[in-house]
Amino acid sequence: MTPLFGLLGFIIAASAVAAVALRNLVHCALALSVSFAGLAAIYLFLNAQFVGFAQILVYIGAVAILIVFAILLTGRGELERGAGFSAGWMIGLGVALAVFGTLAGLLLSSHLLVREMPPPAPTSVRDLGDQLMTHWVLPLEVLGLLLTAALIGSVVIVMKERGPR
Amino acid sequence: MDQIFVTFKHMLVSLVPAGSQPVVSDLLSVAALIGTFAALFALTTVLERKGLARIQNRYGPNRVGLYGFLQPLADGLKTITKEDLVPRSADQVVHFLAPLVLVVPVFLALAVVPMGRNMAAVDLDAGVLFFFAVGAATELAVFMAGWSSRNKYSLLGAMRAIAQMISYEVPLILSALTVVMSVGSLSTLDIVQAQAGYAGGVAPHWHVLTPWGFAAFIVFLIAATAESNRSPFDLPEGESEIIAGYYIEYSGFKFALFFLGEYIGMFAVSGLAITLFLGGWHAPLPGLLWIPSYVWFFAKLLALIALFIWVRGTLPRLRMDQLMHFAWKFLLPMSLVTVVTAGMWRFLPLGWARWAICSILVLGPFLLLARLLSSGKIAKRSYRYAD
Repeated sequence: MTPLFGLLGFIIAASAVAAVALRNLVHCALALSVSFAGLAAIYLFLNAQFVGFAQILVYIGAVAILIVFAILLTGRGELERGAGFSAGWMIGLGVALAVFGTLAGLLLSSHLLVREMPPPAPTSVRDLGDQLMTHWVLPLEVLGLLLTAALIGSVVIVMKERGPR
Repeated sequence: MDQIFVTFKHMLVSLVPAGSQPVVSDLLSVAALIGTFAALFALTTVLERKGLARIQNRYGPNRVGLYGFLQPLADGLKTITKEDLVPRSADQVVHFLAPLVLVVPVFLALAVVPMGRNMAAVDLDAGVLFFFAVGAATELAVFMAGWSSRNKYSLLGAMRAIAQMISYEVPLILSALTVVMSVGSLSTLDIVQAQAGYAGGVAPHWHVLTPWGFAAFIVFLIAATAESNRSPFDLPEGESEIIAGYYIEYSGFKFALFFLGEYIGMFAVSGLAITLFLGGWHAPLPGLLWIPSYVWFFAKLLALIALFIWVRGTLPRLRMDQLMHFAWKFLLPMSLVTVVTAGMWRFLPLGWARWAICSILVLGPFLLLARLLSSGKIAKRSYRYAD
């Protein structure tokens, strides 16, 4: 647990809390982008270069912009004071702590954690590409089909909104 | 002579105790990068103003210094001493951070561009992907600038700018994909290395000198012009349309930072175009190998900057719907065609048949798409909000 990892974890946690707790929705979206950036830094810290850069490209470059467009085009810029916090927050906190305690206890007492794992071999982008094209080619093609369906579906939805005038 | 900067840096790094040597080495690279490109930015501003002026049949700035070349100094002093006005209803924090979020990623993008033999700041395994990732982060800065000013024109300009940048990112990345396919690596150093050597002792192995490379280079340059919001794609910041768009409410040094960010973005994407298509720091002819590698890189960079200035002074600005139609209905199919052609180039046997087939494969769709677009069959002006 090096200081850098602790710092990154703090940044991610703080910006995620800010993304939930801030009043102005666009500030929330920007705080969420900071947490995406922190997550990309964690990927780079784990030597997963491709995933880290893809995280920046996809999440900060596309998903964050999608979120801010959605906030802007649906017109709700500011939340009223107290919105987003329900009255039964103490019970919610208790339930969250109970679930966390159960999961943590199960994981820590599991035998999988005791086994000594050898450090993984450093993977290059070429290894990723080889695996994607040989072992995982069917999931890759299915993902492509899924994305195409989503693209066509979104165009169809937008077209229908401007139907016969 | 070729490695003079590299040896100078090694000498400086060896003066520092061994524990902090990696940090000092990186800091020196960063300082050199920022210093060089800030100086190049200053030079480009005055070159652009004089170049545009001569195209428009007038003199440019010629009062400050010999032939006006100290104009950036005057501009710099002006922007530093100008009052920094922030509108009272603007979002103070986001308004302050937007120029920073623009400038930092574009300088990061310069880190993977190799500027000479052994002169890339970082050698990343996924260098090209890193470049496009940090390029995508600049869009958020544009939105932050437009939204935080609480100004309708500013927001409108920011929306248009983001729509434009997202649309032109797809042909940009697809045309870079052709080079990555051909070389088999995402590392910029490998891509420059693959363009070494001379065919028959005369013609270099640059990617721009192949049919798919030429088409991909042109698509890349057009998409890069649109990505950096340069004319003819500068509707989001057009001075006569929308009063400078998303940076209306910025004055003084923050405006200068936006300007800096845009120009450095232009340099970064030109640097990537040189790396991918124009052979990086390689000399064009084997007889000219005695000229150092960084001189070749910066000569090519200046040539591309001159091309950008020339295009800015010549072509009129594109309207928003023309811009969108051009991206989605011309550049995207064209870039897909170049990807297919690059694949075919790799697998066809060597010889003139390969050249003929790939040239037809590139020229045919280009002429077809150009005819379709200009005759209005696939792109009509639509008055969506005036119906």
